[in-house]
This record gives sequence, C-alpha cells and structure tokens, in this order.
Amino acid sequence: MSTKDNWKIWEVFIRSRNGLSHKHVGSLHAPDAEMAIKNARDVYTRRSEGISIWVIPSDAVTASSPDESEPLFTPADDKVYRHPTFYEIPDEIGHM
Amino acid sequence: MTKEMNLEDRFQNYVDGENKVEPKDWMPEKYRKTLIRQISQHAHSEVVGMLPEANWITRAPSLRRKIALLAKVQDEAGHGLYLYSAAETLGADRQDLVADLLSGKAKYSSIFNYPTPTWADMGAIGWLVDGAAIANQVMLCRTSYGPYARAMVRICKEESFHQRQGYEITMTLAKGTPAQKKLAQDALNRWWWPSIMMFGPSDDNSPNSAQSMQWKIKRKSNDELRQEFIDKTVPQAEYLGLTIPDPDLKWNEETGHYNYGEIDWEEFYNVIKGNGKCNKQRLEARNKAHDEGAWVREAANAYAEKQAARKKNETHAA
Ligand SMILES: [Fe+2]
Ligand SMILES: [Fe+2]
Repeated sequence: MSTKDNWKIWEVFIRSRNGLSHKHVGSLHAPDAEMAIKNARDVYTRRSEGISIWVIPSDAVTASSPDESEPLFTPADDKVYRHPTFYEIPDEIGHM
Repeated sequence: MTKEMNLEDRFQNYVDGENKVEPKDWMPEKYRKTLIRQISQHAHSEVVGMLPEANWITRAPSLRRKIALLAKVQDEAGHGLYLYSAAETLGADRQDLVADLLSGKAKYSSIFNYPTPTWADMGAIGWLVDGAAIANQVMLCRTSYGPYARAMVRICKEESFHQRQGYEITMTLAKGTPAQKKLAQDALNRWWWPSIMMFGPSDDNSPNSAQSMQWKIKRKSNDELRQEFIDKTVPQAEYLGLTIPDPDLKWNEETGHYNYGEIDWEEFYNVIKGNGKCNKQRLEARNKAHDEGAWVREAANAYAEKQAARKKNETHAA
C-alpha cells in the first residue's frame, strides 16, 4: 500500500458554453483522470462556469521555452502584409 | 556575477514595465522564495479560515443562512486549492507545504486564531475579515507573478458575496431586538482590532515590504491598505448604528481620511507566536481532518494503481 500519495498534477480546461473553445483555468491534484474531472467540477465550476471539462496530466504538456521566444515569434512581427489594413481599397468600395 | 546582475536588472525593468512574470521565465531566487512563502501562507489562511465559520454551520439560524455559510466555507477551500496550485508553478511541492502547515512550521493569518462564540461572529467575519481580505486581494490582482494574479482575479469574483452575506447578517441583528443588536455590537468590538491588524505591521516596521513593492509583488503598503479599509468600513458601521471600538477614530478634513487609534502590536505578535486563544485548537483540527482523511487518499491511490495496471495488461494482451 502506498503511503505517500502519487497524485498527479492535472491541467484543467473548461468550455463555458457551446460555441466557445475550452480554456485553461488552472490545475489540481488527483490520482486518476476520473477523479480529476470530479475535482475540477468542484474546484472550477461552482458557479456555472462550464458545460464541459478537459483534464490533461501536466507532464504531458510540452511547452516552448521562454528563451526561444525571440526566434519563434519575432519573425511574424515585420509581416504587416499578413494583415488586411496593409492593402488600400478605395472608400467607394465600402467594407471588404 | 556581472551576468547575474544583468539578469536582475533586466528582470526589474521587465517588472517596471508592468509585464507579468510567468513560471518558466527567469526570476531572482529571492523573488521565487518570497512568492512561495507568501502564496503558501495565503493558501494556509484560506484552509484554516474555514474552521471558525465551520463552527456555526450546523447551528445557523435558518436554511437561508446555512446554505450561504456552507457555500462560503466551500469557496474558501477552493481558494486554498487555487493558491496551492499557484505555489506549485514555482516548484514548491504541495505535500511539503501541507506538511509544514500541519507541523506548525508554516504561518497563516492570525485572525483565524480568534474564537467564534456567537452567531454574530459570522456576520462580523464576513463583513470585516473578508472585507479586509478583499482589500488585500484586489491589490494582488495586479501582482507581478502571473499565476498568483490570475488566482486572485478568480478569488475576488467569489469574495464579494462573502462580505455581503456577512454584512446582511450583521444588519439583521443590528435592526433586531436590543439583545440582537448587542450581539452585533459585541462581535464588532471583538473583531475590529484584529481585522485592522490583518494588514500587517505598520510600514516603518515591515522590513520585507520594500523589496516586495519594488518587485511589484505588493502594490500598496500595509498602512495604505489599512487606511483604505477603515475609510470604507466606518460609514458601513454608522449605517447600522453600531460603534467602532476606537475612541480616537475621527474624520480628518485635511487628509480626507479617518484618523485611528494606536494598534496594540504586542497582541498581534503574541498571537503570531502561537499564544492566541485558538492557535492550538486550529492546528489540532487540521491535523485531525488530515489524519481522518488518510483512508480516502489511500483508497483513491489503490484504485488508480489498479486501474492503471489493468489498462497496461489490456494493451499488452491486444
Ligand atoms: Fe477566500
Ligand atoms: Fe472569503
């Protein structure tokens, strides 16, 4: 019998209503996925915050490193031509 | 060393620019340690904070009061959980944090070492104790550490009902029979000073505050928050026809704030040292609850292990 518990940390995602994505709301401890869902219901949806819950073991998440954020994200910063306002459309054409 | 200094300077600039620090970002070791200590103490306070009110759940005077008190106490458990999670993002281990609470090594807010002998205390706690906690927590919504700030936003959304239900209880008593009004006044007398002590020592006696302010962990000083709370609360007491037990309390036209009397810091430090009326009782109650819940944790472990083993066998067989 295990004495020290081996409860994993789970990341919790909640869909607040149909039509919206699941959004990360926080984390919690639970021995398995089933209990994680039950705990998430008590911890994160006491005021009708959700209609659907995802739980994912924290150690299953691979994150980009903050040290790499420059090479990863700055290349997008100078590509203004990816935005609609880069193109000139005469006012007479109206909304496009 | 120069490199380390550069990192610290860069960190300070980053924080000065009102940017949030996230778990994987570089941070000074002392920033991490300060936050782990502060967030875990905050979590412990939410957990121990359930005890003084739990004392009255079964004796609430009506079903309406009972469901509100139950919901509030349940919220405080949730607040503890959000905060332990935030501490974990800094590399703290939850079981270590809980062990430190149970052994008496970790601190929690001294306010919860005061007893709750009457129903009116439920009113005073919600109104004053949660009110003071809200002032602190609203400030912490802008703290520089992202996970702590986000936990605070959630908590603040839930807190406002806590204070309102407390004020409603106090109001009902204050507008009731003379005996009921006396209960409300008596609770205010006992909770007022401990509540304004909740903000901590005055600024000139709060050595760690300056660093916390510089790192934007704290955004307002203890005295600033205390003044804010007093200014807000005095008119609320006047409305109820109750008297705040401070003969020096007086509106100051010049400053636009209330002047208040000398705080008995000796009492404050005495309760912190463990000599409050309920320090022993609170720790015993926490330990009892933890020990009596052991079989639940063990059963959940055993079940999870069995399920995992079964799943493994199935995949092997397939
Ligand atoms: Fe709380
Ligand atoms: Fe509260």
